[in-house]
Amino acid sequence: MAATQEEIVAGLAEIVNEIAGIPVEDVQLDKSFTDDLDVDSLSMVEVVVAAEERFDVKIPDDDVKNLKTVGDATEYILKHQA
Amino acid sequence: MAKIKPSKGAPYARILGVGGYRPTRVVPNEVILERIDSSDEWIRSRSGIETRHWAGPEETVTAMSLEASGKALADAGISAEQIGGVIVSTVSHFRQTPAVATEIADKLGTDKAAAFDISAGCAGFGYGLTLAKGMISEGSAQYVLVIGVERLSDLTDLEDRATAFLFGDGAGAVVVGPSEEPAIGPTVWGSEGDKSDTIKQTVPWTDYRDGTVDKFPAITQEGQAVFRWAVFEMAKVAKEALDAAGLSPDDLDVFIPHQANVRIIDSMVKTLKLPEHVTVARDIRTTGNTSAASIPLAMERLLATGEAKSGDTALVIGFGAGLVYAATVVTLP
Repeated sequence: MAATQEEIVAGLAEIVNEIAGIPVEDVQLDKSFTDDLDVDSLSMVEVVVAAEERFDVKIPDDDVKNLKTVGDATEYILKHQA
Repeated sequence: MAKIKPSKGAPYARILGVGGYRPTRVVPNEVILERIDSSDEWIRSRSGIETRHWAGPEETVTAMSLEASGKALADAGISAEQIGGVIVSTVSHFRQTPAVATEIADKLGTDKAAAFDISAGCAGFGYGLTLAKGMISEGSAQYVLVIGVERLSDLTDLEDRATAFLFGDGAGAVVVGPSEEPAIGPTVWGSEGDKSDTIKQTVPWTDYRDGTVDKFPAITQEGQAVFRWAVFEMAKVAKEALDAAGLSPDDLDVFIPHQANVRIIDSMVKTLKLPEHVTVARDIRTTGNTSAASIPLAMERLLATGEAKSGDTALVIGFGAGLVYAATVVTLP
């Protein structure tokens, strides 16, 4: 069953916590991965790959650069999840 | 029909000795920062690189190869006349013909050893090792010298903040010879030419000659795409090489991945779930990315510092422009 917006944000928060050590409560829709959450371009790739596995979605390299905020990623996953 | 007599080789092959050469000039991040808008902290956190070596005018591809090869021969206890093959992997030797391997074979004092260059980017060491193993098992050479050598500083755009700090120069060499026991496992290798744009020379030489571009060609890459491929796809390849050798991560003593970026190395270790006892090469910190030279250079350093010892079981994996890759398990010399 497809994940809801809340489930996706919660999942992303766990992933970002695991990869970058950011507290889960800091991961909010309006937060920028690079500017607010200290997720650099390489960690972002790890976040994306973990998100792909967790939400059964494909996020090609070309699309990764458009995912600036947690909201962008959530929306992308909502739209593309299997 | 005439019956052709088959050649007869050794039962198995092994690495008998390793040698490296690092150019005398050590270049810290501060020097790189003179040309790009970045910081020491940024470079270290994105790549792990603190210093790299850049070759001077006298430290040619040939000169560095001769130094590394001399050490490898001494380490192996083999004389140059015993060498039947010289394989050089490089992407930064600027005279395409003749192969630089022939000059190296001659200057080393081999007895007309078969000599040729290969182009397999950062997987060049594994490609060369696999060819050497084949030559020894098949009987066309008893001892083969495999050299990875680069002057990547010649192919670095010092104004590109994404790559200016990345590359270094140096040479690493191994002597491969006959063995009664298997000491080089099956190679898992391949190419993914559909991803050729991911790491490449900016433009062909002829574009520069014809004035189509002003800038001398340099190596460029798509950082995120390379990172994803290197960490997640190459971890699968590394696992396949372990499986092919009939080993599990617990059987390993050492992991020597191509020294592309410490973040790639750390993530690969995590993805592969390597046990704590496995020594991981992180020569990148003071050597930079030396492409084909990185694995033998890292191997030499681990043995020299005592972090690894002769007889240890090491997983080696190279990956890079092509895209190409090669992984195998070896017994350290």
